[in-house]
Amino acid sequence: MARTSKKANRRHPLATVVLIAIGLAFTGGGYALFSSTATADTSTATSQATVEEGSKLFAANCATCHGMNLEGTTAGPSLLGVGAASVDFQVGTGRMPLAMQGPQAMQKPVQFTEEQTAALSAYVASLSPGPSIPTDSQLTENGNATNGGELFRINCAMCHNVAGAGGALTEGKFAPELTGVESKYIYEAMLTGPQNMPVFNDHNITPEDKRDIITYLKYIQNNPSPGGFELGNLGPVAEGLFIWIFGIGAVVALTVWLTAKSN
Amino acid sequence: MTIEKTKADGLVDGTADHPVGAPPTISSAPSARFTSAAANYIDERTSISAVVKEFGRKIFPDHWSFMLGEVALYSFVVIILTGTFLTFFFQASMAPVVYDGSFVPLKGVEMSSAMSSTLNISFEIRGGLLVRQIHHWAALLFIASIGLHMLRIYFTGAFRKPRELNWVIGFVLFILALAEGFTGYSLPDDLLSGNGLRIIDGMVKGVPFAGSWLSFLIFGGEFPGEEIVGRLYTLHILLLPAIIVALIALHLVFVVVHKHTQYAGPGKTNDNVIGYPVLPVYAAKAGGFFFIVFGIIALIASFFTINPIWNYGPYDPSPVSAGTQPDWYIGFADGALRLIPPHLESVIWGHTYSWNILIPITVLGLFILTVLIYPFIEGWVTGDKREHHILDRPRNAPTRTAIGAAGVTFYAALWSAASSDILATHFQLSIESVIHAIQAAVIIGPVIAYFVAKRVCLALQKKDREMALHGFESGRIVRLPGGEYIEVHQDVDEYERWKLVSFHEYKPLMIRPNAKGKITAPQRLRAGMSKWFFEDRIAPVTRTDLERQKSHH
Repeated sequence: MARTSKKANRRHPLATVVLIAIGLAFTGGGYALFSSTATADTSTATSQATVEEGSKLFAANCATCHGMNLEGTTAGPSLLGVGAASVDFQVGTGRMPLAMQGPQAMQKPVQFTEEQTAALSAYVASLSPGPSIPTDSQLTENGNATNGGELFRINCAMCHNVAGAGGALTEGKFAPELTGVESKYIYEAMLTGPQNMPVFNDHNITPEDKRDIITYLKYIQNNPSPGGFELGNLGPVAEGLFIWIFGIGAVVALTVWLTAKSN
Repeated sequence: MTIEKTKADGLVDGTADHPVGAPPTISSAPSARFTSAAANYIDERTSISAVVKEFGRKIFPDHWSFMLGEVALYSFVVIILTGTFLTFFFQASMAPVVYDGSFVPLKGVEMSSAMSSTLNISFEIRGGLLVRQIHHWAALLFIASIGLHMLRIYFTGAFRKPRELNWVIGFVLFILALAEGFTGYSLPDDLLSGNGLRIIDGMVKGVPFAGSWLSFLIFGGEFPGEEIVGRLYTLHILLLPAIIVALIALHLVFVVVHKHTQYAGPGKTNDNVIGYPVLPVYAAKAGGFFFIVFGIIALIASFFTINPIWNYGPYDPSPVSAGTQPDWYIGFADGALRLIPPHLESVIWGHTYSWNILIPITVLGLFILTVLIYPFIEGWVTGDKREHHILDRPRNAPTRTAIGAAGVTFYAALWSAASSDILATHFQLSIESVIHAIQAAVIIGPVIAYFVAKRVCLALQKKDREMALHGFESGRIVRLPGGEYIEVHQDVDEYERWKLVSFHEYKPLMIRPNAKGKITAPQRLRAGMSKWFFEDRIAPVTRTDLERQKSHH
């Protein structure tokens, strides 16, 4: 006890605390000051850095086909005006960069980190205006599934199938399966019309309608068929194949079994 | 016990008078006494013992392939049972209603009563979805088993005299089953069934001159109208089932009248049937088999979704879903429409001729007609008027088997074309290449199948001949004193040899002038056909061949 009081005489008991507080206040305050200037300039100053990063990535990975200034070459289309949404969709789902030229860009493991994808999007968007990446508020899945279902059947089902199981297009192209696709990418696909998909802009299908369509797709994805296994939702072909392989297979096996004894 | 015993007596002595009616002599157990008393009561009033005696003594041979027709029959019984349940709740009306059931994504959508009531069967009626799925899966199995049954009949030559008419009845049943399937597919008035009807509408409208009028007649106005579901319903639950039940009864009466065919084997001749009697063996076996078939269908129906109409939504003429196909049994017709090159149309004096519809319909019509009358064609070619109760092994009728293989290939190619889009997406092919490949397969495939099947049959017959004459390779290698190695052949036993040698050899018919000393064109055709059928053949081993072979050894 005596030792403690002796120390206390030399230095106030709260001195350490005060020191730490002052230290924290300086560093924290300084950081806050710095970061607030950064956030204030998100659209310009930070993305300036991001855009430059994106520019480098673009030059290294995309420019061979799309040209140094997005003007396009014989190998790839111009990207002027495609917007951030398009880049986010193509790169974020792994369709770009292409592994090879084919009927259609195939999905493969995503080649860039989220930051790099964002940088690429920012770079492409910085050169010319275009559809931007949907915000979280546009992507809620609490819309009207009934309206979404009707819109889906009328606008989407002829290629993607009523249950979003995908379908064939001409010359080896196809409409992909929609099960398990993130809402953001569904939205961006509608907005930008990637590959052979038509563009469904906001005048054609409003953001609310887009939300309803996403709601419908998520509903049928999260509520599996009450009838049991869905056989890929491929329709009567899968059902016919199933009855011929398993139904007839089981029946023939049993007829063989029933008549086996007498032989 | 008593009853079985009396029936057994009846088996031995067909002339015994009313054996069931005889008073029971041994049993003292109360239940047996009751059974015999009841049997006696019924028999004294209906004389049913004559029927039981006749039918109970009916002998059926045992072979797995003889049970395929039974599968069809039992699936049909399942369809009738479940279908009756469905009629209690289905409303065959196209009157618009607003759906207010428990399937959220369709709540508030305007649809026909048919669609709405089908959704209610699926979601509101207890067990309704299961029954609907049993009904639909049973329908798929029904037609599939009819198909297999027909293939068995065809490839074993069971359609020959005296069974030609039963082949025709069976084939008409097959066509009626397709009609039942299609009308049922169209009833729920969902997007899929409406798309199917639209194709029918297109085909009807493709009929020259009368097309539009016929379409308006069928649909009660411009497609889709408000009549078609009610009309199809009448066909589906009244007219078609009534005809099918009547024809099935006739089909089975013929089976009893003709007696069942059997494969060649020891003791089996053209004049007998070796097997088990209906009572007690076959009745029990068949009764049990009914429950097995029902069980398989119920198992499939409880685990696997079929026709999820809630995904398709109500019919609306504007949308068509990717992957819209008919049920498998209409696939060959859908495939034909997919394969016919587009733009085949001509306008002559103001009338449009849609060859892209008329050609497939004509080709399929001819195909169906050929299958229908095949027994008469073959009977005419062979000129064989004898009865045949012993089945052919497919190899012993090479040309028939080859024609069958060609027909199966043709059908299969058309059928696969109905899934061209699924083939394209799942094997990452271009749909155009799939269509072109199948177009080629429809024409070249049957030819290849014909020659391959014929050569395989002849080769197998040669092998059988070798086996019958020289026995099979025993695998025992012997070194002769001279140093030569030979493999010892072992004779097949008598029973096996019987199967190998007992078939009839047809030879091409000779052209002979008729009474007027003329050779008519039909005769030439017949001789040509006969030559085509029987020019390449392997003669069965005769007794002389065998004896010569034995003395040679």
